[in-house]
Amino acid sequence: MAANFSWIRAEPHGIHVVPADCWIDPSEAVERALVTHGHADHARGGHGKTIATPATLAIMDLRYQTREGAVPVGYGETISLPGGVDATYIPAGHVLGSAQILLEHAGERVIVTGDYKRRPDPTCPPFEVTPCDVFITEATFGLPVFCHPPVEQEVGKLLKALRDHPDRCVLVGAYALGKAQRLIAEVRAAGHHDPIYLHGAMERMCRLYEEFGVGLGELRLVSDHTKDDLRGSLVVCPPAALNDRWSRRLPDPITAMASGWMRVRQRARQRNVELPLVISDHADWGELTRTIAEVDPAETWITHGREEALLRWCQLHQRRARALALVGYEDEDD
Amino acid sequence: MEEFATLVDALIYTRSRNEKLRLIAEYLRQTPDPDRGWALAALTEGLSFAAVKPSTIRNLMMERVDPVLWALSRDFVGDTAETASLLWPELIGETGAPPSVSEAVERLGAMTRVSVLSELPRLLDRLDADGRFALIKLATGGMRVGVSARLAKTAFAQAFDVAVEEVEEYWHGLAAPYPELFAWAAEGADPPDTENLPLFRPFMLAHPLDETVVDLKDYVAEWKWDGIRVQLVHAGGETRVFSRTGDDISGSFPEMAGALTIPAVLDGELLVQGSHQGGEAGGAASFNALQQRLGRKTVSGKMLADYPAFVRLYDLLILEGEDLRALPWTERRARLEALMPRLPADRFDLSAVVDADHFEHLAEIRMGARDEAIEGLMLKRRDSPYVAGRKTGLWYKWKRDPLLVDCVLMYAQRGSGKRSSFYSDYTFGCWDGDPEQGAELLPVGKAYFGFTDEELKQLDRYVRNHTVNRFGPVRETDKSLVFEVAFDSVHASKRHKSGLAMRFPRISRIRWDKPAEEADRIEALQALIRD
Repeated sequence: MAANFSWIRAEPHGIHVVPADCWIDPSEAVERALVTHGHADHARGGHGKTIATPATLAIMDLRYQTREGAVPVGYGETISLPGGVDATYIPAGHVLGSAQILLEHAGERVIVTGDYKRRPDPTCPPFEVTPCDVFITEATFGLPVFCHPPVEQEVGKLLKALRDHPDRCVLVGAYALGKAQRLIAEVRAAGHHDPIYLHGAMERMCRLYEEFGVGLGELRLVSDHTKDDLRGSLVVCPPAALNDRWSRRLPDPITAMASGWMRVRQRARQRNVELPLVISDHADWGELTRTIAEVDPAETWITHGREEALLRWCQLHQRRARALALVGYEDEDD
Repeated sequence: MEEFATLVDALIYTRSRNEKLRLIAEYLRQTPDPDRGWALAALTEGLSFAAVKPSTIRNLMMERVDPVLWALSRDFVGDTAETASLLWPELIGETGAPPSVSEAVERLGAMTRVSVLSELPRLLDRLDADGRFALIKLATGGMRVGVSARLAKTAFAQAFDVAVEEVEEYWHGLAAPYPELFAWAAEGADPPDTENLPLFRPFMLAHPLDETVVDLKDYVAEWKWDGIRVQLVHAGGETRVFSRTGDDISGSFPEMAGALTIPAVLDGELLVQGSHQGGEAGGAASFNALQQRLGRKTVSGKMLADYPAFVRLYDLLILEGEDLRALPWTERRARLEALMPRLPADRFDLSAVVDADHFEHLAEIRMGARDEAIEGLMLKRRDSPYVAGRKTGLWYKWKRDPLLVDCVLMYAQRGSGKRSSFYSDYTFGCWDGDPEQGAELLPVGKAYFGFTDEELKQLDRYVRNHTVNRFGPVRETDKSLVFEVAFDSVHASKRHKSGLAMRFPRISRIRWDKPAEEADRIEALQALIRD
């Protein structure tokens, strides 16, 4: 097939589906937005209509009060858009509610992955490989140095630090949406059932996850407890609070961070992290390249991240590919 | 190797000095000989393997990874060893147990430039990513884990409850893996015999004077010479010349090694004879002349004739078996002056005391010091003993004010280590004429420090937003930002297009406010050349 795809365009502030006049994950307010997931660099408030999964809409409503104009689409469901475009939401395995969006128009199939990973995650259904002509993939960890270790190994390091330091606490910086809940769920799966303490900014999102059926065990707020209560405990906070004055109330915390960037020593040092935990909700290099091979599209478009290396890989494997220059998608904390 | 790799990583992530000491001490107590000795040598940069160079690692990787992917990865990670450890293709199946530190050191030591290409991979195959990182760091030298040699020795002392001064004293006579040192500290054997060995003694160092004002009744002033600090030791019939870091540089300065025949330990400044420093005939040439002699393994007769070295002495530590270090400076100085006639006059002179009536007078003398091409002044407490390291209140260095020039940022490159990912290495230039008339910028120097962490973030953002061109890892900027650059001196140089080379340039201020056209012209720098 002579691929054309002129109906879908990469503009600086998002992907434009021209016949439907819809934008995917736009970084500015638009009339009609298709949103892949609830992270702030993809989901913004102020759109006329927001088309997303029920969980993503609930997350956006929690953050931006966007109940008005919300159009829910479940996994596997297709919605017809103006201009003869169909959009289907497919699990992406990134965070609760995250979806790839399959767009079909004039016999051509385009998938926008949003952010995704291929590893199991107890908080969301796994990524589904779906055939398409154009595969628009993220590339946050698009360098061959990124190889996320098994999550059990990293959780093991965390639990060992807790056991080794009964008089201190382990403070883990983790994204308030997704990473925090996944980390807690994995810690529970590893058999740790003590209360886990939360920074105030994490509470509502954890409750929302529980409403969607993700069990997180006993959670407590740091602010309700004394320094002594927290000894020997796991405390979870947003990355920005790690070296903030807030952490002074904690008993000699061991500073940890759960992020794919922790794979690189100097990145961990720049964040003053003593216990780096390589846990990511993005695909690592192996997952990215394996996914492209499995989806086997006619063309691969690469966005936000280290596009150059993935582009090079595509060239080396005789795959048509190009890098899109989208702005505003940064994931320094994952 | 796993325990060593764990230690290396723990040291990288630990910020507290006490915690670092505890980690090293625990490792030294729990690890058997000779592994712990080799590890200690690695931490104190006492290991080197001729067959393994950073280029060896790069070459090994080129056979295994696409060069473009390697370059992109290396640029992002900012460290060759770490990039290689992460990109090394892991074998599936039986690879053999990880080597011990001793086995690794033994194998690395036996490798040649040729055999390394097949043998180093076999070692790397037996390790995981953290182990590979530790092995490559150990093999290429320079662990860079935030541990100075001094800290490692302090940890050794702490591990076995001995005095760090004693450890320092014995250290330089011994070779890795230091069995005598462990036997003495850990098992209570007799201390190593150092009496008749030409050993390095740790230098006494100075603090910057900054705002301090001292009373000249208590302190004596000397010139701070613009050469390199050396220690000359004659013992057991041998003479050694040691550099500031304790490296044996006798081979680079054979004329000095032959000049001391009295059993003694001398402290002074190594200079090249000329008419520049000290003013009078028989003075010293500029640092530029000395530079011709540095870093050479062998020295030609012509070098020796064109750039003859001598040492300007300022202290005497040990003389004919008598340790003078506990004596006050005044007494050591008297002993040194008495020794001078016994030393060959073409190879040694005495660093003169600078006479001043009071502190303000001294400040004036220092202001005038530029013409003499010396670095500034030293202030030494008259009653101070000679103690290793930098002890507050005993010695001060009072450098002359730096020279300043306004330059324009031209190119930036990412840093490594702590600054990986940040554009922190800057190349800057001066105008080769009137910028209004279309003059161009000529690069005059490079600097990568002098700014705060906060300023670094601003500069990094500035570079990213003002890039006009990219050449591999180098970004060319739109040449709109002015740096006030401080430097110690400037010299004529054929190696640079601008024809000059700055010494010790650093960013003194970022002039966000200054238009680039108002930066200095190249003539401003040329006028400061004194060769």
